[in-house]
This record gives sequence, C-alpha cells and structure tokens, in this order.
Amino acid sequence: MSLPMILGLGQTALELSLFNALTVLALFLSYSMLNVCDLSTDGCFTLGAAVGAVVAIVGHPWLSIPAAMGAGMLSGLVTATLQTRMGVNSLLAGIIVNTGLYSVNIWIMGGSSLLNMNKTSTVFSMLKDALKDTALGAQYSLIIGLIAVTAVIVFLSLFLRTRLGLAIRATGDNPDMVRSSSINPVFTTTVGLCISNSFTALSGCLLAQSQKSVDVNIGSGMVTVALASLLIGGVFMGRRSIPLRAVGAVIGAFVFRLVYTVALRFNLPAFMLKLISSVIVVIAISGPYLKGQLPLIKRQLAAKFGKAGTER
Amino acid sequence: MNQTNGDKTMLKLLNVCKTFHPGTPDARVALDDVTLRVRKGEFISIIGANGAGKSTLFNAICGSFYVDRGCIVLDGDDVTMMPEHRRAKVIGRLFQDPMRGSAPGMSIEENLVLAAGQGGWLSTAGKKEKQAFRDRLALLDMGLEDRMKQPVGLLSGGQRQALTLMMATLSMPKLLLLDEHTAALDPGTAEKVLALTTKIVAENNLTCLMITHNMQSALDLGSRTIMMDAGHIVFDTTGEERASLTVEDLLEKFREASGKKLDNDRMLLA
Repeated sequence: MSLPMILGLGQTALELSLFNALTVLALFLSYSMLNVCDLSTDGCFTLGAAVGAVVAIVGHPWLSIPAAMGAGMLSGLVTATLQTRMGVNSLLAGIIVNTGLYSVNIWIMGGSSLLNMNKTSTVFSMLKDALKDTALGAQYSLIIGLIAVTAVIVFLSLFLRTRLGLAIRATGDNPDMVRSSSINPVFTTTVGLCISNSFTALSGCLLAQSQKSVDVNIGSGMVTVALASLLIGGVFMGRRSIPLRAVGAVIGAFVFRLVYTVALRFNLPAFMLKLISSVIVVIAISGPYLKGQLPLIKRQLAAKFGKAGTER
Repeated sequence: MNQTNGDKTMLKLLNVCKTFHPGTPDARVALDDVTLRVRKGEFISIIGANGAGKSTLFNAICGSFYVDRGCIVLDGDDVTMMPEHRRAKVIGRLFQDPMRGSAPGMSIEENLVLAAGQGGWLSTAGKKEKQAFRDRLALLDMGLEDRMKQPVGLLSGGQRQALTLMMATLSMPKLLLLDEHTAALDPGTAEKVLALTTKIVAENNLTCLMITHNMQSALDLGSRTIMMDAGHIVFDTTGEERASLTVEDLLEKFREASGKKLDNDRMLLA
C-alpha cells in the first residue's frame, strides 16, 4: 500500500469519525453523565439526517443544521417525557421512540426510503466552492467536522460546569440524593436528553450531507457503534476532567473507525461492522467485570478439581 | 403550646394522616392524626421503636409522599401539596446512610456548588464562593478543604456525613431534619459528627428535628424530646420536666405511653 493511499484512508477515517464523534459526545452526556442508555439514538440519527436533507433540498443549506438539531431535541423531549412523566422504563422509552421514528423519518422523506442530494446545495458543497482555489480545497469535510466537534466539546465543557450541568451529573451519579434534594430529576433528565439528542441529530445531518444521500437505515446500529467508541475513549482518558473525557470520546470514535478501516483492508466485508462494534461493546463492558471475577473463578475451579485451595 | 410569649412557629403539622397501601390487606396506618408545632430555633429529638412513624413523619414533612389528610405549614406557607424538590430548597435532610447525601463521582467542590443552590441555572461558582466553601470546610477540621477537587467517593463514611451536614446547612435551611444520621458511623466518628451538628445548629440558630435511638443523646441534645409510637406522638417533654428526666424515666414513659413492654434491643442497649 502506498503512502498517499494510507493517508487517504486515514483522512476518510478521520472525517467519518468526526461526524460519528458527535453521536459519541451525545452518549457521553446521556450515558456517562445522566446514566441513561438512550436507545432512540439510531432513530434520532436518521431523523437528523432526514430533516437536514429535506431542508437543504428545499434550498436552505444553513437552516438545515438548526432544523435537524431542533428535530433531535423534540425527539429527546418525547423520550424524556415517556420515562419521567409517564412511567415508561427508560430503555423501553428509547426503543418505543426509535420504532416510532422509523415511520416519522420516511414520512419526512416524503414516503421514500432514500433521498439524493447530488445536486443539492449543502453546507459541504458551499464550503467546497468557497475553498476551491485555496490549499485547503480538499479538506472541506474535515473542516466542518472539526468545527462541529470542537463546538460541541467546548459547549459540553462549559455547560457541565454550570449549576444545571452539575445537577444533570448528580442525577446520573446519585439518584437517591437528587430525589430528596432541590433538584428536580424530571427537569434535569429532560434537559439532558434534549441536548444529547440534538447532537445525535446534528451528527446524522452532517454525515448525510457529506455523503450526499440519506437512507432510512443510515442510523441503524449507531447506538452500539457510538457506545463502543465511548468505551474505547474511556480507556484512554479514564476518570479525568470533563473536557479531557470529551476529547477521549472523540479519540475513541477515531480509533474505532481505524480498527474498522483496517478490518476492511483485510478483506473483511463491510457488513461485519456491526458485529465488530457489538463485540467491542461486550469486551469493554464485561472486561473489567470478568477481570474482577477472575480470582474467584480460579478458586472455584481449584475447589472443584481438588487443587491448592482445598489442601489447606 | 405557649403562644403568648411571641415565639414564632416554624413548622406546624395539623391532624396529619397517612396510610400506606390503603384498601388492601397490607394497609398500614403510618401517621395517625399527628399534630405538632415546632417553634423557630427549637431543637427536638425524636425517639420511638422501629416502625413507630419517625421517618414517615420526616417523609411527610419533606414531601416524599403527599399526606392523606391534614396540612403542613412551614414558616407560614402551606406546603401540603408542594412537590418534594421545591420543599427541599428550604429543608435540609440527612439520612442514616452516609452515601445518600452526596454524589460520589463529583468533586467536593462540585457537590458544594450544587448544594449552595445560589445563582441561576447557567451560572458557575466564582472564586469568592469557592473560597467561602473552603473556609466552611475548614471548620469541620477534617482536612477536606485541601481536597476540594477530589471525588466525594474517596471520602470515609464519617467525612461524607460531615460533608452532607455542611451541604444541608449551607443555604441556611428553615428546617434541618436528621434521620439517625450518626447511626451508621463508628462511635468515635459518630460523636464527632454529633458535636459538629450541635455546633452548626447552635451557631446558626437552626430549627432542627433529630431522630435518634440513643436515649442519652435524645435527652442531652436540644430543648425538647418527643416520643412516637404506632403513628402517634405519645409523649412530648420540654423545659424543667425534661431536664430532670433520666434514661430510665424515658424508658418508663415509653412503657406507660405505649402500654406495652419495650421490645427494641437497640433502645435498651442505648
């Protein structure tokens, strides 16, 4: 493999990982901070892609971004309302919203399961035109990805320091404490899920516009991929400060993409991506648990087969 | 009680009733027509056997559930139907479990910022406020002021309960409710936290209710002692009568009031 080819692959991996990193950052807020596993992520990702595409096709490329984020917020509001005010289990709430969003997404895309943006003016095509004759001409995707990821990290770092941000963290950290405190968990959960879902939708919107098309399945499996990235990021940053952990989430997204790209190079078919992400999530979550269990398992085995443990 | 001496009432419970699982075979009357008037600055110790309704009384005051009948008036405001998190703005509460009052994954400083509850939602704590926290923490004499950035999860049970006490009293609550808050600590630490409690309550002239199973501290601390049994307040003593009481008398009162043998080992051992 030649060097330019490797660089090219690296850049593609970086671009794609930056768009996905926005969903990873969304889960960083909902999963790591609020301790809610938001299973509506897949549908919300597609929702952002669909709304962004439709608004861009209608002729408002800039408006597509806030529109997608707004739609994501609305979806987050529904998920949060189901679990905080209507007694639906939080996992179930996510699944229900996810299922419902499938229909909503196709409805938004005008009854079609595929939208094409080849001739549409998008944020990407506009930046591409603007940078046409400069040295950065080929980097427009990377620039948009970097701007979006940086903006979200800066927002999260500042927001999670505010009293509302601290209250959201406390809601995930010690629900018992929050229940008997002046923090209203209904409010913090709702705000947290609205914000995280707006990031997920932004993620979908940018990915769709960068690849100039939306498929109704664009978001399927996204929650597992993002979770895998988040957990990989956790390996790098551990329990450091919030901004560093957010950066870790982005690194995790990149590492995940890299592993995936390398796997494809070894002729692993593209459809294996989801199995790989599932395995990574399983390893990342159960690894530390099994490691803790290892001494006990050894002792049990020793006892069973009459080795060292029983001779005493 | 004595309303003519100008003392202000801080908390008033009028005919408060609460039945759990009403209409089922499990129905249990937890609070039965409880009426209680607490004056401003009063420190009341509450005793009674397990299941007498002490914690239920606190839950009713805090709004963990809404009472079936009666009303609760806090500092002149009827809070009977006010949601728990809104009452919590003016009520500080400590539980027996030291892990319950603070967020383990957040730093000491972040917990205090949250507890202080000053400023808008989008505000952050300034240098001055953080310095004030350090100064307050130094009063605990546990070296916590030098560990502001450390996660609370690293503290010991006693340190965590002391921190929770600080958090609960940071914003000068109208009412401080202590639910056996030293019962899970070792004797030395329990004593220290108890001393700290009386100091903070006295210095800030807080109105305080304290549930305890320790008869001696029930008599030693505060200015009034009430005894609960089966959802009733069965005994209420203050002033000279209380000053002359011994633990033995208290146990005797308990038998008299509830009309049965004392079966609680923890109370006998105290």
